[in-house]
Amino acid sequence: MDDSVLQSRLQAVESADSAQSMIDSVEALAELKDEGAIDALIRVLGYNNPGAAVAAVEGLIQIGTPAASAVLEQIDGYNYGARAWALRVLAGIGDPRGLDLIVETAAEDFSLSVRRAAARGLGAIQWERLTAAERHDGQVKVTDTLLKVVRDDPEWVVRYGGVVGLQGVAAAAAVDGLAGVVKRVGEGLGDRASHDDVPAVRARAQWALEQLREQA
Amino acid sequence: MADSQILNDGAPQLTAEKAIANLRQTEDTGDRYYAAWWLGRFQVRAPEAIAALLEALTDEKDRDTDGGFPLRRNAARALGKLEDKSVIPALIECLDCADYYVREAAAQSLESLNAKESVDDLLKLIEGGVRGAVAVEGKPHLVQPYNAILEALGSLDDGANVPVIEPFLSHDVPQVKNAAARAMYQLTGENQYADKLVDTLRCDDLQLRRSILLDLGEIGYLPAAEAIASTLAENSIKLIALKGLLEKQIQQSKILVSDQTRKVMSLMDTLL
Repeated sequence: MDDSVLQSRLQAVESADSAQSMIDSVEALAELKDEGAIDALIRVLGYNNPGAAVAAVEGLIQIGTPAASAVLEQIDGYNYGARAWALRVLAGIGDPRGLDLIVETAAEDFSLSVRRAAARGLGAIQWERLTAAERHDGQVKVTDTLLKVVRDDPEWVVRYGGVVGLQGVAAAAAVDGLAGVVKRVGEGLGDRASHDDVPAVRARAQWALEQLREQA
Repeated sequence: MADSQILNDGAPQLTAEKAIANLRQTEDTGDRYYAAWWLGRFQVRAPEAIAALLEALTDEKDRDTDGGFPLRRNAARALGKLEDKSVIPALIECLDCADYYVREAAAQSLESLNAKESVDDLLKLIEGGVRGAVAVEGKPHLVQPYNAILEALGSLDDGANVPVIEPFLSHDVPQVKNAAARAMYQLTGENQYADKLVDTLRCDDLQLRRSILLDLGEIGYLPAAEAIASTLAENSIKLIALKGLLEKQIQQSKILVSDQTRKVMSLMDTLL
């Protein structure tokens, strides 16, 4: 990557003078997927500009692990808004170092769109970066949390995200031979497929079951 | 809803009994206004609640500086949420109210209550056709709540009034045009009308894109799935729209997982 491109795009974010030019310049910066953009993109999460924050989150997710490291280092100092966006970054990357934070977010965050992103993210954790013992504990914890989310969250879209998350964790657990996790997820999904009040959630749970069966 | 149902978001906490009492008293207009909203929000279907809301529809005490009737608006909205068809005649009378927003709320509630007997009264409001559908001077709205009326007709009419609705497709105000397209699609089932909505998803106005997304969700127009997913708007709204498509499909086919529903769910998964 030519460094002058990065520098000029960083500069454009610095000098953006309207909400729209901020969005455009953040999109251009995020597009580079350059680690040198991480700090600037993280700063954007605190600017109270949702369009720009969406672009920054997308960019940070694309950068992956180094972005997750930076977010994890700084997250304690964030205000609520920035923290919500940062959790979306962690959920999108699936960095196992953020597992406890993502679990807590899926179960307890105030904002339904943040719970939704966290619940979905729990299905896409990079399990291969953990030892077998850590994977086992992590997958049990994720399963416990998501089974509760899909049963108890009052928002359909969070339950829908939780169903997608459960499908992901069961697929990972099946590879590791964790039959207990796979069985519990199957039962939880079966319950949602027949009993959720919302047809969209029932359909997604049914589809998750069918996909897991095909993989088995 | 149980009497103990409380709202805990910083707003005053109420119970059904307290809300009914607040609506019946006439001293504090703020309490009455809030109580009317609350009874609708928490779907309190007790006969006392309905009676108090019906009474509020003819309230004269709560007036705003424009001569409008704020309490009547909230009462008309609330009555649309209680699934009690006995209130339909009273809502039809509200269509003659001098307050534009009361007429709008009444039209929306008549639609929610599936009040097919209100079609003739709704049609009366748009008798002047497109030519008569002009702005009120000094107000941010037209002479009638055309969006609400056209939307209601789209749900309630049996297709007999298509010739009355069709001309509104060429109205200058985008929201009116869209409401007409949505109604025409509902009444004729022809894709050309829903496709007009899909085309408008590319417009520059975010508010308008959001409202079309919700329209497409409500009519459950399956061919719009990809266009919805790629519209520039919040994922939460796109998910609501796609849920509408998915559930319409499920309702029609009685099958949860099919090629069509899988396609919609795949798109939804990318927006979580």
